[in-house]
Amino acid sequence: MWIRKGLLPVAIMLLLFAAVSSQASIDAYQFDDPEKEALYKKLIKELRCTVCQNQDIGDSNAELAKDLRRKTYEMISKGEDEEFVLDFMSQRYGDFVLYRPRLQTNTLLLWIGPFIILIIAVFVLLRFIRRPADEVSFTEADKAQAEQLLEREE
Amino acid sequence: MKRYLLPLAGFIVLVVFLAIGLKLDPKHIPSPFIGKPAPAFDLPDLHNPQQRVKTGDLKGQVWLLNVWASWCVSCRAEHEVVKRFVAMNETPVFGLNYKDKPEDGKAWLGALGNPYKTSLMDISGDVGIDWGVYGVPETFVIDKKGIVRYKQVGPLTDSIIDEKIIPLVRELDTEAS
Repeated sequence: MWIRKGLLPVAIMLLLFAAVSSQASIDAYQFDDPEKEALYKKLIKELRCTVCQNQDIGDSNAELAKDLRRKTYEMISKGEDEEFVLDFMSQRYGDFVLYRPRLQTNTLLLWIGPFIILIIAVFVLLRFIRRPADEVSFTEADKAQAEQLLEREE
Repeated sequence: MKRYLLPLAGFIVLVVFLAIGLKLDPKHIPSPFIGKPAPAFDLPDLHNPQQRVKTGDLKGQVWLLNVWASWCVSCRAEHEVVKRFVAMNETPVFGLNYKDKPEDGKAWLGALGNPYKTSLMDISGDVGIDWGVYGVPETFVIDKKGIVRYKQVGPLTDSIIDEKIIPLVRELDTEAS
């Protein structure tokens, strides 16, 4: 009896996990070419689901994501390339739909920004390293005292 | 004192950027269609499927395209606003019945009233994709030349109608076709 009591919550938890994992996209699309399939799988990971925002369309179960996967499949099976699909999507949903922003004038700062920050950081670091130590006032009396101390050591 | 100024300045810059970030609405995705020709469609009329409407047929007038569906909860609240706008006789509103069953769509309009000049059936949702629809209800304002001039994502409200749509429609009406 105790075994059953202990296992029940575990079994329920396992069932819950099973339910969650079976939620992922399960469209059965057939490809005549493994390269097309690979491209499809790559693209659905690179296109953002505009409804759910922080999911790609491959991960999302939203109706729109399903439709966009279907569109992607249709275009790829017709033999269209990656650029074509990405253009199709960004013309309709804007650059936001692309998880990997393209290099263009309004994304320039996004791409080169980290390098600019790196250059600034290196510059600041170099200046910090090369800066002479703070001037220490060192009088004759101090010198005499230091010598005295050193002599005592010997 | 001076040594604290630089980190303080950095902190203030950071706070300003974060404050701007907080004010942005991540749900609002700017439409790439503003200022561009409205995507073409050729769709059957919901109430008379033999009759088809093409984007080209609508040129020469300012019109609104309101994307709705019977399964869309916020469309229900928006519907009253659309009815009020249509009653003002400013400009025709076309409905895009998005990913809906025709009988559900007709029943919905039958129960709530039909303000639309025509409702177009987009059962597959392909025209929705062409128009970049992602959050029903959505509303587009198209000018006489067939250029998209405004897009509202989410339900129209009385204040959006009064403050944005009506002034825009009146302005567009004065433009040459």
